[in-house]
Amino acid sequence: MTDTLDRPATTPELKVVGTRPIRPDGVDKVTGRAQYGADLAMAGQLHGSILRSPHAHARIVSIDTKKARALPGVKAVVTGADFPDLGDVMHDGGEGVNNLGYVSNNVMAKSKVLYDGHALAAVAALSPAIAEAALDLIEVKYEVLPHVINVDAAMAPGAPQIHEDMTYEGQPSNIAKRYQFGRGDLDVAFASADVIVEGEYTTEPVHQGYIEPHACVCSVGADGRADIWASSQGAFMVRSMSALVAGMPVSNVRVTPAEIGGGFGGKTVVYLEPVALLLSKMAGAPVKMVMSREEVFRATGPTSGSSMKVRLGAKFDGTLVAADVDMKFQAGAFPGSPVSAACMTVLSCYDLPTMRVVGWDVVTNSPKVAAYRAPGAPIGAFAVESAMDDLALKLGLDPIALREKNAARDGTVAAYGATLQNIGYVETLEAVRDHPNLQAKLGPNQGRGVAVGFWFNFGGESSASIHLGDDGSATVATASPDIGGSRASMAMMAAETLGVSVDKIRPIVADTASIGHSMVTGGSRTTFATGMAVIQATEKAIEELKRRAAMTWDVPAETVEWKAGAAHCLDVKGEAKSLTLDQLAAAAGKTGGSIGAEVTLTAQGAGPGFAVHVCDVEVDPETGAVTVLRYTAGQDVGRAIHPAYVEGQIQGGAVQGIGWALNEEYVFDSKGKMENAGFLDYRVPVASDLPMIDTVMVEVPNPKHPFGVKGVGEVPIVPPLAALANAVRAATGVRINALPLSPPRIRAAVDAAKA
Amino acid sequence: MVHVSGGWSELADFTGGVTEFEVTADTVGRLYRALDDQFPGLGEFVQERMALAIDGEIHQNAFAERLRSDAEVFLIPKIGGG
Repeated sequence: MTDTLDRPATTPELKVVGTRPIRPDGVDKVTGRAQYGADLAMAGQLHGSILRSPHAHARIVSIDTKKARALPGVKAVVTGADFPDLGDVMHDGGEGVNNLGYVSNNVMAKSKVLYDGHALAAVAALSPAIAEAALDLIEVKYEVLPHVINVDAAMAPGAPQIHEDMTYEGQPSNIAKRYQFGRGDLDVAFASADVIVEGEYTTEPVHQGYIEPHACVCSVGADGRADIWASSQGAFMVRSMSALVAGMPVSNVRVTPAEIGGGFGGKTVVYLEPVALLLSKMAGAPVKMVMSREEVFRATGPTSGSSMKVRLGAKFDGTLVAADVDMKFQAGAFPGSPVSAACMTVLSCYDLPTMRVVGWDVVTNSPKVAAYRAPGAPIGAFAVESAMDDLALKLGLDPIALREKNAARDGTVAAYGATLQNIGYVETLEAVRDHPNLQAKLGPNQGRGVAVGFWFNFGGESSASIHLGDDGSATVATASPDIGGSRASMAMMAAETLGVSVDKIRPIVADTASIGHSMVTGGSRTTFATGMAVIQATEKAIEELKRRAAMTWDVPAETVEWKAGAAHCLDVKGEAKSLTLDQLAAAAGKTGGSIGAEVTLTAQGAGPGFAVHVCDVEVDPETGAVTVLRYTAGQDVGRAIHPAYVEGQIQGGAVQGIGWALNEEYVFDSKGKMENAGFLDYRVPVASDLPMIDTVMVEVPNPKHPFGVKGVGEVPIVPPLAALANAVRAATGVRINALPLSPPRIRAAVDAAKA
Repeated sequence: MVHVSGGWSELADFTGGVTEFEVTADTVGRLYRALDDQFPGLGEFVQERMALAIDGEIHQNAFAERLRSDAEVFLIPKIGGG
């Protein structure tokens, strides 16, 4: 990265925002100095390991841990019986309200195991080898039960019942919830359509694929006070969820965030921490737990597999008149798939008079799903954007023109009820349409696919503090783990507000005892919401700096102006005076003490994100393998604080979407055991698989943020699934409605079409 | 009067299928109470599980947010993210 100033000339007042300074965490990460969850080691620490179910669905008849406890070196053993029964207690932690009974049962099974990999006992021992040996000594008797993983099968009459107490319309069912909303008369609207397209679509569960496995160290003292060091998307989430699941007072637990090696939503929940807390409490020693990659795949949240139906009606000129969407999502072992978000996002790129959207949240014998980048939206977009491609083909319209004709604009009431304002969707469509990549000529077996996507973005609770050092530097602390570059953007926003260079700001992520409560880093909210807290804290510090300057000059504070990192005023004689930040900070001890401020807020007014992606592929007719030739990803980013990071978010989202479209899927055997729980068999894209992801940043600022920020991290994963599917259709002439678009599937579809 | 719309099917447990109604409230906190008065349990449910589109703009956990006397409020599921 360079230090290039690329802020457009339209905003010359911004000196820091819009530049690309070297990231503050970069050197530590490339030199190995950064401390991730697995890096911490404490004196006398034990090693924890978890016994996991080999069955997809089974009743636990008995667990005998006597032999494991007797093994020399074993210091503690826990099972589900050691965790408090939390029933249906609801707790507002993480990103929303959670049923703690489900959370606890997912952390450690009680009476039944509900998926292959479900935890049912844990051991703390002097070494990892002893802990693993002890797991082998735990004797479990299972009553194996029929299992069901496919979402349609789970909804079918007679399906194995996963939760005995779950009912739908008074009957035992795996349907946890049905959502529906809509507007207008569908029958009338479809009757008015000149053209109708419809399709049925399926996707498979895919994992977030973060490089760093879950890891933590927990230490419970003799007084019951506990410390957790863990990699997560939110230390406050870890604190409350771990304490409650382990049956400890939240106030007894302090969480220090470790560096995080990717989360993408998958680290907004707890798995190991409550277990390590209990083991540490029992053993009287710190306990470290680190998942293997196999455990990450088998026991942590992927996102849902799905089964969907879409029907679209339009006039000959392309005007959409009606949409009917039905989406069934796997929740995994406990309720809570992202289907409601999919319902709200699936049609929000369009100005539609009449629609019906139905969503089904269905439990299955697979790992409980967790959030994954714009949760649910890519799945729904795969279905609707594939149907839109079919509609364009049927009408003989350019796919971008079709989307422009029906585009949501300022004032459009989105499908889910919000009135869209200050959106840059049409501008993004135009910018992508004009990109040189779209002029590239396509050859044999090559095709171009277009798809669009929407994500709300949101604000939420954030805290930030700023403290000035006596050298005029500043430490900015937040509680938002830095997953996508937030330390850089926080430092830049503080520097811009303070009027100093960014290298004077040291941004840190503080522990739960050192900063006010914050929600997790997720929902594309951190630069928006936590950034707002940083700006407001900095403004408070500036007010204090002005007051100190006024005191020094013996003038009213309101006559002092803050500009370019210094206080200025005209004194009583009319002479211009100034005191720099360095001077004021150096004198702070004499003028009232160190200067600092903290702000906690619940941010409202997040601007939604829109993305437009175009993908060129070549399909090998012999093997069915897909090569991505060109990829153009356009997005309304509000205002890019650090453009290189924003580009990185767009590129990362596109690449994860490409993997989801082409290769990634959970493969289960006939007994419900995951067959590809490792990166050799679960194929994520690597750099050599891909062309440069060309980004197009469109800036339509969000007026609800001082610098115009909109969230940018999630919407770039929404269009790629359909963009790839549409490109493959263009290359092969065959519509494939099931993901992933693996070589065998493409070959089979092409062969079937020829036959 | 504040006009409230809630087309989501899960609200029907409280409203008996009524999807549009009016209440008197000048803040979101008072809106929750008014919802409870009209449909017992709805206010608490909305406070815990739902976000609000107030005059088209999404608000979440916005207890103190002021409402215009003729505000349009749309009840939608809370929004999270990844």
